[in-house]
Amino acid sequence: MALQAIAFYLLAFVTIAAGLLVVSAKNPVHSVLFLITAFFSAAGLFVLLGAEFLAMLLIVVYVGAVAVLFLFVVMMLDIDFEALRDGFAQYLPIGGLVAGVLTIEMIMVAVSVATNGKASANALPNASPGGFSNTEALGRVLYTDYVFFFQAAGLVLLVAMIGAIVLTLRHKPGVKRQDIGKQIARTPKTGMELVQIKPGEGISE
Amino acid sequence: MIGLPHYLIVAAILLTIGVFGIFVNRKNIIVILMSIELILLAVNINLVAFSAYLHDVVGQIFAMFVLTVAAAEAAVGLAILVTFFRNRGDIAVDDASMMKG
Repeated sequence: MALQAIAFYLLAFVTIAAGLLVVSAKNPVHSVLFLITAFFSAAGLFVLLGAEFLAMLLIVVYVGAVAVLFLFVVMMLDIDFEALRDGFAQYLPIGGLVAGVLTIEMIMVAVSVATNGKASANALPNASPGGFSNTEALGRVLYTDYVFFFQAAGLVLLVAMIGAIVLTLRHKPGVKRQDIGKQIARTPKTGMELVQIKPGEGISE
Repeated sequence: MIGLPHYLIVAAILLTIGVFGIFVNRKNIIVILMSIELILLAVNINLVAFSAYLHDVVGQIFAMFVLTVAAAEAAVGLAILVTFFRNRGDIAVDDASMMKG
Protein backbone atom coordinates (compact mmCIF):
# COMPACT_ATOMS: atom_id res chain seq x y z
CA MET A 1 0.00 0.00 0.00
CA ALA A 2 2.81 2.40 0.87
CA LEU A 3 4.53 1.52 -2.39
CA GLN A 4 1.33 2.28 -4.26
CA ALA A 5 1.09 5.67 -2.57
CA ILE A 6 4.70 6.50 -3.49
CA ALA A 7 4.06 5.46 -7.10
CA PHE A 8 0.88 7.53 -7.23
CA TYR A 9 2.47 10.70 -5.87
CA LEU A 10 5.49 10.30 -8.15
CA LEU A 11 3.37 9.77 -11.28
CA ALA A 12 0.93 12.53 -10.35
CA PHE A 13 3.77 14.97 -9.71
CA VAL A 14 5.46 14.11 -13.02
CA THR A 15 2.15 14.41 -14.92
CA ILE A 16 1.37 17.86 -13.51
CA ALA A 17 4.94 19.17 -13.82
CA ALA A 18 5.15 17.97 -17.43
CA GLY A 19 1.75 19.52 -18.15
CA LEU A 20 2.94 22.87 -16.78
CA LEU A 21 6.11 22.67 -18.87
CA VAL A 22 4.06 21.89 -22.01
CA VAL A 23 2.29 25.24 -21.78
CA SER A 24 5.30 27.26 -20.59
CA ALA A 25 8.25 25.87 -22.61
CA LYS A 26 9.87 28.38 -24.95
CA ASN A 27 10.62 25.83 -27.67
CA PRO A 28 7.59 23.92 -29.05
CA VAL A 29 9.78 20.85 -29.63
CA HIS A 30 10.35 20.74 -25.87
CA SER A 31 6.60 21.20 -25.41
CA VAL A 32 5.94 18.07 -27.47
CA LEU A 33 8.53 16.10 -25.52
CA PHE A 34 6.95 17.18 -22.21
CA LEU A 35 3.56 16.20 -23.65
CA ILE A 36 4.97 12.70 -24.23
CA THR A 37 6.22 12.65 -20.61
CA ALA A 38 2.78 13.69 -19.36
CA PHE A 39 1.09 10.92 -21.37
CA PHE A 40 3.59 8.32 -20.15
CA SER A 41 3.01 9.14 -16.49
CA ALA A 42 -0.77 9.33 -17.03
CA ALA A 43 -0.50 5.81 -18.48
CA GLY A 44 1.27 4.89 -15.23
CA LEU A 45 -1.71 6.27 -13.27
CA PHE A 46 -4.03 4.10 -15.40
CA VAL A 47 -1.94 1.05 -14.56
CA LEU A 48 -2.24 1.94 -10.85
CA LEU A 49 -6.03 1.99 -11.27
CA GLY A 50 -5.90 -1.42 -12.96
CA ALA A 51 -6.83 -0.23 -16.45
CA GLU A 52 -3.84 -1.73 -18.23
CA PHE A 53 -5.45 -1.88 -21.67
CA LEU A 54 -6.20 1.85 -21.74
CA ALA A 55 -2.71 2.60 -20.42
CA MET A 56 -1.13 0.74 -23.34
CA LEU A 57 -3.62 2.33 -25.75
CA LEU A 58 -2.64 5.76 -24.43
CA ILE A 59 1.03 5.05 -25.12
CA VAL A 60 0.42 3.55 -28.57
CA VAL A 61 -2.05 6.19 -29.76
CA TYR A 62 -0.65 9.32 -28.13
CA VAL A 63 3.08 8.71 -27.94
CA GLY A 64 3.22 6.60 -31.07
CA ALA A 65 0.93 8.62 -33.32
CA VAL A 66 -0.31 11.98 -32.04
CA ALA A 67 2.92 13.20 -30.42
CA VAL A 68 4.98 12.13 -33.43
CA LEU A 69 2.51 13.98 -35.68
CA PHE A 70 2.98 17.11 -33.57
CA LEU A 71 6.75 16.67 -33.69
CA PHE A 72 6.66 16.35 -37.48
CA VAL A 73 4.58 19.50 -37.91
CA VAL A 74 6.65 21.54 -35.43
CA MET A 75 9.91 20.55 -37.09
CA MET A 76 8.64 20.75 -40.69
CA LEU A 77 7.17 24.25 -40.61
CA ASP A 78 9.64 27.09 -40.52
CA ILE A 79 8.00 29.26 -37.87
CA ASP A 80 9.38 32.12 -35.81
CA PHE A 81 8.23 30.91 -32.41
CA GLU A 82 9.68 33.88 -30.54
CA ALA A 83 7.22 36.24 -32.27
CA LEU A 84 4.34 33.97 -31.26
CA ARG A 85 5.22 34.38 -27.61
CA ASP A 86 4.44 38.07 -27.20
CA GLY A 87 1.49 38.52 -24.99
CA PHE A 88 2.60 35.61 -22.79
CA ALA A 89 3.46 37.89 -19.86
CA GLN A 90 0.45 40.07 -20.61
CA TYR A 91 -2.06 37.23 -20.26
CA LEU A 92 -0.18 35.50 -17.42
CA PRO A 93 -1.91 37.25 -14.45
CA ILE A 94 -5.49 36.92 -15.72
CA GLY A 95 -4.81 33.37 -16.95
CA GLY A 96 -3.32 32.42 -13.60
CA LEU A 97 -6.28 33.94 -11.76
CA VAL A 98 -8.85 32.07 -13.86
CA ALA A 99 -6.85 28.83 -13.57
CA GLY A 100 -6.57 29.22 -9.79
CA VAL A 101 -10.31 29.82 -9.33
CA LEU A 102 -11.14 26.93 -11.67
CA THR A 103 -8.78 24.54 -9.84
CA ILE A 104 -10.23 25.36 -6.42
CA GLU A 105 -13.81 24.98 -7.64
CA MET A 106 -13.13 21.72 -9.44
CA ILE A 107 -11.24 20.22 -6.51
CA MET A 108 -14.10 21.10 -4.16
CA VAL A 109 -16.69 19.54 -6.47
CA ALA A 110 -14.51 16.47 -7.15
CA VAL A 111 -13.82 15.79 -3.48
CA SER A 112 -17.46 16.17 -2.49
CA VAL A 113 -18.58 13.87 -5.32
CA ALA A 114 -15.91 11.32 -4.47
CA THR A 115 -16.72 11.28 -0.75
CA ASN A 116 -20.53 11.46 -0.91
CA GLY A 117 -21.37 9.94 -4.29
CA LYS A 118 -22.01 6.38 -5.33
CA ALA A 119 -18.31 5.74 -5.91
CA SER A 120 -17.49 6.30 -2.24
CA ALA A 121 -19.07 2.90 -1.43
CA ASN A 122 -16.07 1.10 -2.93
CA ALA A 123 -12.77 1.63 -1.13
CA LEU A 124 -10.64 -0.25 -3.65
CA PRO A 125 -10.49 0.30 -7.39
CA ASN A 126 -11.47 -2.57 -9.66
CA ALA A 127 -11.10 -1.76 -13.33
CA SER A 128 -12.02 -5.25 -14.55
CA PRO A 129 -15.17 -6.46 -12.78
CA GLY A 130 -16.48 -9.99 -13.24
CA GLY A 131 -13.20 -11.79 -12.68
CA PHE A 132 -11.93 -11.29 -16.23
CA SER A 133 -8.69 -9.66 -17.24
CA ASN A 134 -8.99 -5.97 -18.05
CA THR A 135 -8.74 -6.49 -21.81
CA GLU A 136 -11.34 -9.26 -21.75
CA ALA A 137 -13.73 -7.23 -19.60
CA LEU A 138 -13.46 -4.32 -22.04
CA GLY A 139 -13.92 -6.54 -25.08
CA ARG A 140 -17.00 -8.25 -23.62
CA VAL A 141 -18.75 -4.89 -23.32
CA LEU A 142 -17.28 -3.15 -26.37
CA TYR A 143 -18.18 -5.84 -28.91
CA THR A 144 -21.70 -6.44 -27.59
CA ASP A 145 -23.45 -3.44 -26.04
CA TYR A 146 -21.30 -0.82 -27.74
CA VAL A 147 -20.65 -2.39 -31.13
CA PHE A 148 -22.41 0.38 -33.07
CA PHE A 149 -20.47 3.03 -31.18
CA PHE A 150 -17.32 1.09 -32.00
CA GLN A 151 -18.21 1.18 -35.71
CA ALA A 152 -19.01 4.88 -35.44
CA ALA A 153 -15.57 5.47 -33.91
CA GLY A 154 -14.04 3.75 -36.92
CA LEU A 155 -16.08 5.99 -39.20
CA VAL A 156 -14.83 9.08 -37.32
CA LEU A 157 -11.25 7.97 -37.89
CA LEU A 158 -11.93 7.30 -41.58
CA VAL A 159 -13.46 10.74 -42.08
CA ALA A 160 -10.55 12.34 -40.21
CA MET A 161 -8.05 10.49 -42.40
CA ILE A 162 -9.80 11.50 -45.64
CA GLY A 163 -10.16 15.07 -44.39
CA ALA A 164 -6.47 15.35 -43.50
CA ILE A 165 -5.45 13.95 -46.90
CA VAL A 166 -7.82 16.24 -48.83
CA LEU A 167 -6.61 19.26 -46.88
CA THR A 168 -2.91 18.69 -47.38
CA LEU A 169 -2.72 16.97 -50.78
CA ARG A 170 -1.59 19.20 -53.58
CA HIS A 171 -0.55 18.46 -57.16
CA LYS A 172 2.54 20.32 -58.23
CA PRO A 173 2.19 21.87 -61.67
CA GLY A 174 4.77 20.70 -64.21
CA VAL A 175 5.12 17.17 -62.86
CA LYS A 176 4.33 14.52 -65.49
CA ARG A 177 2.10 11.74 -64.25
CA GLN A 178 0.83 8.57 -65.90
CA ASP A 179 -2.77 8.93 -67.09
CA ILE A 180 -3.98 5.43 -67.89
CA GLY A 181 -7.26 6.59 -69.44
CA LYS A 182 -5.38 8.79 -71.85
CA GLN A 183 -3.01 5.93 -72.76
CA ILE A 184 -5.84 3.50 -73.51
CA ALA A 185 -7.81 6.08 -75.49
CA ARG A 186 -4.87 6.57 -77.84
CA THR A 187 -5.49 5.20 -81.40
CA PRO A 188 -3.25 4.99 -84.48
CA LYS A 189 -5.16 7.96 -85.86
CA THR A 190 -4.24 10.25 -83.02
CA GLY A 191 -0.84 8.68 -82.47
CA MET A 192 0.74 9.23 -85.87
CA GLU A 193 0.57 11.58 -88.79
CA LEU A 194 1.33 10.82 -92.45
CA VAL A 195 3.13 13.59 -94.28
CA GLN A 196 3.55 13.73 -98.02
CA ILE A 197 7.11 14.86 -98.76
CA LYS A 198 8.06 16.20 -102.14
CA PRO A 199 11.42 14.91 -103.36
CA GLY A 200 14.32 17.25 -102.73
CA GLU A 201 12.47 19.62 -100.37
CA GLY A 202 12.84 17.92 -97.03
CA ILE A 203 10.44 18.53 -94.14
CA SER A 204 10.09 21.48 -91.83
CA GLU A 205 8.02 21.78 -88.66
CA MET B 1 -4.30 5.25 1.20
CA ILE B 2 -4.90 6.49 -2.32
CA GLY B 3 -8.60 6.96 -3.10
CA LEU B 4 -10.80 8.39 -5.81
CA PRO B 5 -10.35 12.06 -4.67
CA HIS B 6 -6.60 11.86 -5.35
CA TYR B 7 -7.13 10.90 -8.98
CA LEU B 8 -9.87 13.51 -9.42
CA ILE B 9 -7.60 16.23 -8.04
CA VAL B 10 -4.81 15.29 -10.46
CA ALA B 11 -7.32 15.40 -13.34
CA ALA B 12 -8.69 18.76 -12.18
CA ILE B 13 -5.22 20.31 -11.99
CA LEU B 14 -4.28 18.91 -15.42
CA LEU B 15 -7.48 20.32 -16.94
CA THR B 16 -6.82 23.77 -15.51
CA ILE B 17 -3.26 23.63 -16.85
CA GLY B 18 -4.77 23.00 -20.29
CA VAL B 19 -7.15 25.96 -19.96
CA PHE B 20 -4.27 28.11 -18.67
CA GLY B 21 -2.18 27.07 -21.68
CA ILE B 22 -4.89 28.23 -24.08
CA PHE B 23 -5.05 31.54 -22.20
CA VAL B 24 -1.34 32.39 -22.23
CA ASN B 25 -0.37 31.00 -25.66
CA ARG B 26 -3.05 32.82 -27.60
CA LYS B 27 -0.98 33.18 -30.75
CA ASN B 28 0.69 29.79 -30.99
CA ILE B 29 -1.87 27.37 -32.36
CA ILE B 30 0.44 24.36 -31.95
CA VAL B 31 0.59 24.88 -28.18
CA ILE B 32 -3.18 25.50 -28.16
CA LEU B 33 -3.70 22.09 -29.81
CA MET B 34 -1.37 20.50 -27.24
CA SER B 35 -3.35 22.17 -24.44
CA ILE B 36 -6.53 20.63 -25.85
CA GLU B 37 -4.80 17.23 -25.75
CA LEU B 38 -3.95 17.87 -22.07
CA ILE B 39 -7.60 18.72 -21.33
CA LEU B 40 -8.77 15.51 -23.02
CA LEU B 41 -6.17 13.54 -21.05
CA ALA B 42 -7.58 15.00 -17.83
CA VAL B 43 -11.08 13.94 -18.93
CA ASN B 44 -9.76 10.43 -19.58
CA ILE B 45 -8.18 10.24 -16.11
CA ASN B 46 -11.55 11.24 -14.62
CA LEU B 47 -13.42 8.62 -16.65
CA VAL B 48 -11.00 5.81 -15.84
CA ALA B 49 -10.86 6.71 -12.13
CA PHE B 50 -14.66 6.70 -11.83
CA SER B 51 -14.83 3.49 -13.87
CA ALA B 52 -12.41 1.78 -11.50
CA TYR B 53 -14.05 2.98 -8.28
CA LEU B 54 -17.61 2.29 -9.47
CA HIS B 55 -16.53 -1.22 -10.60
CA ASP B 56 -18.14 -0.48 -13.96
CA VAL B 57 -16.19 -1.01 -17.16
CA VAL B 58 -18.31 1.36 -19.28
CA GLY B 59 -16.28 4.38 -18.20
CA GLN B 60 -13.22 2.87 -19.82
CA ILE B 61 -15.17 2.27 -23.05
CA PHE B 62 -16.10 5.93 -23.06
CA ALA B 63 -12.47 6.91 -22.40
CA MET B 64 -11.55 4.87 -25.47
CA PHE B 65 -14.01 6.83 -27.62
CA VAL B 66 -12.64 10.10 -26.22
CA LEU B 67 -9.16 8.87 -27.23
CA THR B 68 -10.40 8.14 -30.76
CA VAL B 69 -11.98 11.55 -31.18
CA ALA B 70 -8.88 13.25 -29.72
CA ALA B 71 -6.64 11.48 -32.25
CA ALA B 72 -8.94 12.45 -35.14
CA GLU B 73 -9.11 16.02 -33.90
CA ALA B 74 -5.32 16.29 -33.68
CA ALA B 75 -4.90 14.93 -37.22
CA VAL B 76 -7.44 17.30 -38.78
CA GLY B 77 -6.22 20.25 -36.69
CA LEU B 78 -2.63 19.76 -37.79
CA ALA B 79 -3.73 19.33 -41.43
CA ILE B 80 -5.58 22.66 -41.25
CA LEU B 81 -2.50 24.19 -39.63
CA VAL B 82 -0.23 22.96 -42.45
CA THR B 83 -2.63 24.31 -45.10
CA PHE B 84 -2.88 27.64 -43.27
CA PHE B 85 0.91 27.88 -43.05
CA ARG B 86 1.23 27.19 -46.79
CA ASN B 87 -1.21 29.95 -47.65
CA ARG B 88 0.06 32.56 -45.18
CA GLY B 89 3.66 31.63 -44.35
CA ASP B 90 2.81 32.18 -40.70
CA ILE B 91 0.63 30.55 -38.05
CA ALA B 92 -0.37 33.56 -35.92
CA VAL B 93 -3.98 32.87 -34.90
CA ASP B 94 -4.79 36.59 -34.69
CA ASP B 95 -4.59 36.84 -38.48
CA ALA B 96 -6.94 33.91 -39.08
CA SER B 97 -9.73 36.18 -40.21
CA MET B 98 -9.26 35.91 -43.97
CA MET B 99 -12.48 33.94 -44.33
CA LYS B 100 -14.42 36.89 -42.96
CA GLY B 101 -16.90 38.17 -45.57
